[in-house]
Amino acid sequence: MSWIKNILIHLIGPILALIASFIIGGIVIFVIGKDPLFVYSRFFCETLGNSYGVGQVLFRATPLMFTGLAAAISFRAGLFNIGAEGQLRIGSLATALTGVYLSGLPPIVLIPLCLMSGMLGGAIWGAIPGILKVKFGAHEVINTIMMNFIAAALVSYLVINIYAVPATVHTFEIDEAAQIGRLDVFMTAFRGSPVNVSLFLAISCCIVVYFLLWKTRLGYELRTLGLNPFAANYGGINTGSRTIIALTLSGSIAGLVGSNFVMGYKHYFELGFAEGIGFIGIAVALLAKNHPIGIILTSIFFGTLEYGSLTINTIVPKELSNILLAIVIIFMIIITKIMNRWILRMQERTSIAYNV
Amino acid sequence: MFAVEMRNITKQFGSLVANDSVNFSVQKGEIHALVGENGAGKSTLMNILYGLYQPDHGEIFIDGTMHQVTSPRKAIKIGIGMVHQHFMLVTTLSVLENIILGSEPLLKFDRLNIRHAEKSITELCNRYSIAIDPKVLIETLSVGFQQRVEILKLLYRNADILILDEPTPVLTPQEVEELFNTLRNLKNQGKTVILITHKLSEVMSISDNITVMRRGKVVERVMTKATSQTEIARKMVGEDIEYVQKSKSIPLAEQVLVVDNLSASNDRQLIAFQDVSFTISKGEIFGIAAVEGNGQVELTEVLTGLRSRNHGKVTINGIELAKYERTHIGHIPEDRLKHGLIKELSLAENLLLGKQRNKIFYKFYCFSKAEITKYADRLIHQYDIRPPIVKQSVLTFSGGNQQKAIVARELSKDAPLIIAVKPTRGLDIKATKFVHDALLSERSKGKGILLVSSDLEELLLLSDRIAVMYEGEIVAILNANETTERELGQYMTGSYGKSA
Repeated sequence: MSWIKNILIHLIGPILALIASFIIGGIVIFVIGKDPLFVYSRFFCETLGNSYGVGQVLFRATPLMFTGLAAAISFRAGLFNIGAEGQLRIGSLATALTGVYLSGLPPIVLIPLCLMSGMLGGAIWGAIPGILKVKFGAHEVINTIMMNFIAAALVSYLVINIYAVPATVHTFEIDEAAQIGRLDVFMTAFRGSPVNVSLFLAISCCIVVYFLLWKTRLGYELRTLGLNPFAANYGGINTGSRTIIALTLSGSIAGLVGSNFVMGYKHYFELGFAEGIGFIGIAVALLAKNHPIGIILTSIFFGTLEYGSLTINTIVPKELSNILLAIVIIFMIIITKIMNRWILRMQERTSIAYNV
Repeated sequence: MFAVEMRNITKQFGSLVANDSVNFSVQKGEIHALVGENGAGKSTLMNILYGLYQPDHGEIFIDGTMHQVTSPRKAIKIGIGMVHQHFMLVTTLSVLENIILGSEPLLKFDRLNIRHAEKSITELCNRYSIAIDPKVLIETLSVGFQQRVEILKLLYRNADILILDEPTPVLTPQEVEELFNTLRNLKNQGKTVILITHKLSEVMSISDNITVMRRGKVVERVMTKATSQTEIARKMVGEDIEYVQKSKSIPLAEQVLVVDNLSASNDRQLIAFQDVSFTISKGEIFGIAAVEGNGQVELTEVLTGLRSRNHGKVTINGIELAKYERTHIGHIPEDRLKHGLIKELSLAENLLLGKQRNKIFYKFYCFSKAEITKYADRLIHQYDIRPPIVKQSVLTFSGGNQQKAIVARELSKDAPLIIAVKPTRGLDIKATKFVHDALLSERSKGKGILLVSSDLEELLLLSDRIAVMYEGEIVAILNANETTERELGQYMTGSYGKSA
């Protein structure tokens, strides 16, 4: 029973933050002369109120799970990977090109190949800043940002000059054998919404990362490195190799974003898709306190806000959802800090009682 | 009349009663020692007096008048000052700037009146015979001098009652003597001094009266002349303590550690130590005595593979250091929260550090929770780590229990070489004795032990031989039973042979 209590304690904070931020958001809506209750009811009915809306939300949550997880795994190792944006771009293009040019292979071979090439592309883009950090002490924040610029330029050059369908900014369609199904094929309730099987891939990634971090030696070493690099060194952990591994893993997960958009939705790579997803992933990870299972929930939350803002943008300005999002994050940070202090004090009390 | 009188002070933290109807009084112009084990409530009591905590019940009288001490600011106003264990100095500022910080004498337009400050500080130094140059930067001063600055800060604010929280563990024997001279001067000038400590030999030599606390209560208030060290120790612990006794076993001839002409640099790329040579035999405790910053910490870092050497040769059990698996050294590091523990992780995860590659903790490449818990529980019981909860983060453990966790983990490696750096820093009598016993039992198992400590009593008690390091060199290697604290102290400060 204690684990249920534990989960509840950790949920109180976010729930209080949500309530508080919706109240403030309501005041903002009221001030601009609209009816908050009407806007909120529309917002919730269109997103979580029907299965099509849920499908749209989940579709938008899927890539966020990948980028959120990418940010979280590097945070856990004490590294700030801001390069998911570039990593997902390189990875997705690699996925698309594999799907286009290796056509003719059976799905059982081609789908894993597409996924792996996506991971490989992201992994390379993540490993380079890692190696630069370990070999030359160059800070990963600078280098992951720089790698984003390189990725953006490289990808648009390749697509426009070599791989694009003439007069468009997207590649040819990937082979049918590389496409993964939409959920509405077997769950008719989702009819019309773009949510696809990559959602399950994203959720399994979260679970795998959870196991990796807490049940394996690598995970233990990464967490130790992140919390106390001196102790990691003292404990015989090769901090250099762990740094590179953490950024490589982080990049390879970001590289899986293409599975949602390329393999599950449009079936081609298009310039400008998933803009900003890498950065929002950082917020997703922060809000989930870098916990893989929490990332599933916060991704869905961010997905709801993203799709919800589309549903209400005929009534209120689009900026409102950004305001709401910012308020939620600020409240979440404040309230979780207060809650943490509270939990710590409870723990301290039990331990003081033991010391006397 | 009493300078300080605290009546019926009760302070509760949750379910814990830190102070239980405590009556505490100090006469004007005396040096009063407040002693007790860790967690006995002495710090809580002094923090109440200094205004950091508010008591749940009870009254405070200063010079016979009742006061509500609601904040340290208020405490300073009514003449109470405190020197904390960790100094509160701005290291990049000068002595003078630190002393006047927060109560700067001002001229028109808020300009600093440096001349006035200098004059009053010189006056204070003369009156209490404290030798210090007000113009030098704090970072260039030794710990002993920094402590004087802390005391001067209080005097500059006209404190009449000075509280010193564990002032001596950071000092060399000579510095302790100088501090005590200063305290005696203060007393002779009518100041009142309260000394929080658990070093009983010092209590006996300097204090006029002693208050002993145990488990939140005052168990004894006695004149120093009318009691003895063993009597006080018994009151503190509540039972008789046997002092550890070194067994007669003689170190074996076989050598565990051979260090030959070793040199290395510090973090600033300056020579930390050079041409250091010594050997440690099986069943020997080899002590290193040195004042902070004389290369001893860097030496242990090289020996544990955490720092690279410039040149020299090191072999452990005949194996060259570079080829020796570094986690197979029992290493109790100097700074337990920096190197020894990951404070956010659980006790079990901390007990795993350095052993994470051991196959017995795995099942199909995943941690076996059962095996890890079994291992952690064994250490918890063997080393009496409290609270015995494997899942709790070590952040919430007391310093003594954190240290026990490190000692448990490192000694259970069963490594041939143990390197212990200040293993009892900040521990109370019981925990200290525990660590001492543990080290001695490893000695009798034939382990080679390198013990670095600034506590000379500890070094003399445990070591077979003691090397003294001064400015990066070993200046003497002495047999522990043929030397004294005084002699060691002279070697440590480089004054041996210069003045006796």
